[in-house]
Order: sequence, then structure tokens, then C-alpha cells
Amino acid sequence: MSKRYAGIDVGSWNTKAVIVDEDLEILGKNVLRTGADPQGAAKRSYEEALKAAKTKKNQIVGVVATGFGRAKVPFADTTRTEITCHGLGANQYYPASITVVDIGGQDTKLIRVDDTGKNLHFVLNRKCAAGTGAFLEEMALRLDVKLNDLNDLATRATKHFRLGSFCTVFTGSEILKMVQEGEKVEDIARGLYASVVLRVSEMGHLEGQVVLTGGVIAYNPILKQVFEEELKVICLVPPEAEFIGALGAARVALGLDGGSADKKRKENRKKIGAFTSRPGKDTCNPWAGRRSP
Amino acid sequence: MVVPTVVQRHLVRPLRSVGLFKQVITRNYHEIRDAAEARRGKIAWCTSLGPAELLRALGFKVYFPENHGAILGSFRASEEFIPVATAHGFSPEICSYLTSDIGAFLRKETPLRALYGFRDVPRPDVLVYNTNQCREVAEWFSFFGREFKVPVLGINTPHHVPEITVAHVSSVVDQINALIPQLEKIAGTRLDMNELKRIVKLSHDACVEWKGVLGTAAHRPSPFNFFDGLIHMGPVVIMRGMQDAVDYYKALRKELDERVKDGIGTVEDEKFRIYWDGMPMWGRIRAHSNLFARFKACVVASTYCSTWALDQLDHNDPIRSMAETYTSLFINRTEGIKEQYLINMAKDFSIDGIIFHDSKTCPYNSNTRFGMPMRLEKWFHVPNLVVQGDVCNMRLVSDTQFETGIEAFIERLMLKGVEGGAL
Repeated sequence: MSKRYAGIDVGSWNTKAVIVDEDLEILGKNVLRTGADPQGAAKRSYEEALKAAKTKKNQIVGVVATGFGRAKVPFADTTRTEITCHGLGANQYYPASITVVDIGGQDTKLIRVDDTGKNLHFVLNRKCAAGTGAFLEEMALRLDVKLNDLNDLATRATKHFRLGSFCTVFTGSEILKMVQEGEKVEDIARGLYASVVLRVSEMGHLEGQVVLTGGVIAYNPILKQVFEEELKVICLVPPEAEFIGALGAARVALGLDGGSADKKRKENRKKIGAFTSRPGKDTCNPWAGRRSP
Repeated sequence: MVVPTVVQRHLVRPLRSVGLFKQVITRNYHEIRDAAEARRGKIAWCTSLGPAELLRALGFKVYFPENHGAILGSFRASEEFIPVATAHGFSPEICSYLTSDIGAFLRKETPLRALYGFRDVPRPDVLVYNTNQCREVAEWFSFFGREFKVPVLGINTPHHVPEITVAHVSSVVDQINALIPQLEKIAGTRLDMNELKRIVKLSHDACVEWKGVLGTAAHRPSPFNFFDGLIHMGPVVIMRGMQDAVDYYKALRKELDERVKDGIGTVEDEKFRIYWDGMPMWGRIRAHSNLFARFKACVVASTYCSTWALDQLDHNDPIRSMAETYTSLFINRTEGIKEQYLINMAKDFSIDGIIFHDSKTCPYNSNTRFGMPMRLEKWFHVPNLVVQGDVCNMRLVSDTQFETGIEAFIERLMLKGVEGGAL
């Protein structure tokens, strides 16, 4: 039986685990809420992923933990930050110079990686919930809609609002004003996603192909469309976007953590049909779609 | 098979000079306390790079509120006092040294009681600022001028200076000269130029010794790091112009030279050499020191500690050299000069990467706001990371985010080809 590896991403909202083979094929995976017990969540998620992969613990050669709770995984052999792991995980699908935008529950990261997955530069969001999953959760509460319904609402929007994204609380006030002015909840919902996109665009240049990862894009696929409409960039979303951090961790478990040693493994990586490795530029055009007053 | 994470404690080696450090700092504060509380001398409050030499030459005991702010920050007391100052009309967005210090004053609290036996902060006879680091100090001192009903005097240094010209220096020389008769009146004595020369010589010697101390960190492994520097910079900040400061740095230098000779680093098994730009986060000094050490990373040099590594003071021309020295500070210069300074430091100290601290309430000491980190990385290929935080207000610090950022930065350096770390 081939060797198996595990990657566990203990995020602020969800804990994700993947079991992979030597070719980094995902054999089993699991996601569950982290809650107040990251250690327990990591253990349960790992066990569920093992079950899904029909794998026994003694078949696992290496376990690597990532995410904000990475230090709370006592059975992991080592840890890597989610920044490194999202870069590696995205590179697994898109082996070229890319900018990974990982929107998580409590923070957002821009990670520029080379064609081996090596981290060239990264930026973290400020100490602020704006532009993160927590922002969307808070706004859904304000609109009195379920978080899961926000995506569908936004798909029915007919107007393109840009809400202020500097502060979650102030954006809440802005929403109340829009509601009072009779704006449709669908349009406001899209405006919230546009707000997240604006916040991301402020963090740094989106160089090369843009790859969206993390739980927020996985549960809110409308974000890809809003990114493309607002920033005039083509975005890619890997399959299993929520598990990209865990996949990156599993890659570390295989010893493939980027750099020249990884180049020879490139041919084994997954290829996605829509992907082109064109050298990208920061293509944000603030004037696109605007009319003069 | 992956290499297991080895759980071990990477120590930052303590310096035995800490004992002497405590003695000289305590002696200085006791002199100020005795002068203030027994009315045995006049007290001047001064900014950290203000005309301290002039004040000492006139016989003032010199007290530095910025040091008080740093003590409040390192005691993690700022979060208690900043809201008091905010309620008094001072924005939480301005210098958190200022708001910590004013908040503590309004609350009638000071750590100087427990540390050095003060009844209260020493009552000033005069407050003298220099705006060479920021304009906030003028407002800060004006508050205390109103509270104590004493004169507030100042030097308004030309800002954002490119190359230093005669006009820049002359402007400051004129302002220092204008201070003299006002200070003489408050001191009740005439300025003795020979005494000023003596003090300037001592100040020069302390700064040069301090520069030598910082310079030892160019060795690999470094015997001294930024977090050591934050403690041991005390004498050069608050005791410039005193023999004790010179003697202290000679003793410290001796200890560091021994470490260099024996190949002993302050961080065990140093692998990464980091530069810190911007203010420290005073309430997290120990935590940050341990965090870097955990990754075998030594923060070998910093803009902040190097601010006092001055060598231009000249006792043969005391006033002009004070003017030139205190105008040419890094913080008071244009972006181009700052860039070149950082590049030179990166080379001199064999830096692997730079951490830029964007301090929320200290924009003057945050070199992140006009694109410098991006330029340095693009033009000079110096890896860097911008971290958000604050000098005193730890409510503005996200520990998890900071730690993840630093760890990811070390991971990045590791993949760049710099080996090591506890990863």
C-alpha cells in the first residue's frame, strides 16, 4: 500500500483535514466547526478524514498542522503557517507565478508564490474584521438573513453598490441607511461582497494569475464573479478551495515545501483546464464601467 | 518522513551588565527625586533628543517623560491610562507615550513610586522640547506647562530634511541661543561655556560608546540584540552628558567583546538575522524576544536603538554640533535618505530580512506609509514584512496575527535559502 500523508488546517471557524497519497491526490477529507476546542476539533476532523479515506492511522507517514490553531495539534509532526500552506496548496493546482487571496474567517492574506509554490511575499490584513468572513457573518445578521443565503441573494442583484469597507461597524450603519432608503436586500448583499473585494484590493498588488482560496470563497462562489467585475481580473478558484491550506500542509508532510527541489515534481501537479500561465499585471481599472456625471 | 518539531526552549542569554545598568539608572532617578522632593535643585523636563546638554550645563536635573511613557508601556499600564487621557480630550490616534503619560498623571499614578521611591512625577521648573522627532511633544509639554504653571520652551527643528545645509543648522543654533537667557533666568545662574563643553564631551562619549555597543551585533553570532538594546539604551537616552553613562557603556562593551571573542550569541544557535524598523511594542518586549529566539532569529539591529548612536557632537563647537546632531536624526529625514540608511544597515549587519513596525499612534517612526517596504524589496531585494501594532497601546496589537506573520516570514527566509529555525 502506498504511503499516506495528512494535512490539518485548524482555522478560526472551521477545521479541515485531508488525507493524501504520494501524488497528493486527496483520498479523504473532513471539515467541522473549530469552536472553543481546537485540539478536539483537529483530532475529530483527522479521524473523520481517515475514515473517508479508508485509511488507518498506522498508514500515515507524516502529519502537518497549519492554521491559527496549528500549535494545538499534538499528533502533528510539525507545523507551518497558513500563509505558506495556502501558497503551496494553490500551487498544486496552478504551478505558475500566482497571487493567492485567502479569505478566511478572521483574516485575509495575499500571498505571492513562484512556480514551485515558494512564498515570495505576503501581506496580512490589519487588525480589523473588514474584508473577512467575520464581516460577512456580521452583515448577514444586520440584514436578518442566514449567512448561507447571502450568496444566493447577491446573485440576484441588479445594482452594483460599493459599500465602505473600512470598518465593519460603520458598514453596518451604511446598510441600515440603505435599507431605510428602500434599496433591495439583493443589491446590498452584492455590495457586501464588493466591499470585501475592495478591502482585498487595498492590501497589495494582485500580480500574476489570481487564485482565490479559503472557506469564504468555497461557501460564497459569487465572490469570484464580484472580484472579476470589480477589479477586472480573471480569478481562479481551485476545487476544494476550503481545503487548500490543509492540502498545502499535506504537501509539507511529503517534504515538498517549495523551492528548486520541487520543480521536478511539477509535472505531477494537477492541471486545471481554464488555467493559463500568462504573466499577469495588476489589472485593476478603477475607471472601468463608470460614467461621467 | 518529516522532521519532528522539537519542543525546546531557546534562551536569550541575559547580560550580567544588567546589575550595573540597574544601579546607574536608579542613581540617576534618585538624584532627580531628591532634587524634586527636597527642593535641592531645579528640574527640567526634556524630550529624548532635546537639548539635555544645555540643561545639565545650567545645573538642571533632567527628566524625560518619553522614558516614563516607555516604562508605562512595558508595565502594560498604558491600556489603563490611555482612556483617561482620551476622556480628557486627547485622541486615541495620537502618540501613546503622550496619552499614557498624561493619563497616568491625571490618575495621579506613576511606576516611579514603586521603582525609585518617588512621591509623584518630579515637578518641573521648565519644560524644553525639540520637535525633531515629532510635533506631539510640543502639545504634550504644553499640557504639563499649563498643569504646573511653568514655562514651556522649545526648538522647532526643520522637518523632513534632505541634505543638511548651513541654513538648517543656523536656524537651530539661533533657537538654542535664544533659549539660553530664558533658561539662565529659571536656573538662577549664567551658562558656563566650559561646563557646556564638558557636558557635550560626556554626551558625545556616551553616544559613541553606545554606537560601539550596537556595532558588536555585526558579528555572527550577534552578542546583543534589539530587545537587549531596548533595556540597555536607557543611559544614552536619559543620562547623556553624565559620566555614569559613559562608564556604563564601557563596561557593557567589555562584556560584549568577551562574547564576540568566545563566539557566544545572545540567541542560541542564531540562524536568521533580522532588522527591526520603527518603534518597539513596549508591552510585548519579552514575548517578542522569545518568539524570535524560538525560530533562532536574532534581531541584530534597529533604527530605533541606533537613533542615539550619534557621533557628531563636538565639545569644541558645542552649540553648532548639538544643532547639527539633533537635526540630522533618521526620523527627521526624507524618504531617500532613510532608504539608503536602511540599505547600509542591512549590509553592515548582514541582514536576512526587515520587520517594519507600523505603529498606529507613531506615524513619524513608522516607515511603512509611503511605500518604503515595497521599494526596498523591489529595488534592493531585501525581504521584509510589515507588522501592525503600537508603541504603548497593546489594544492595537493582535498577538496571533503578529506571531503568524513572523513565523511565515521566517518560513519564507528559510525557503529563500537561509537555513535554520525551529520549524
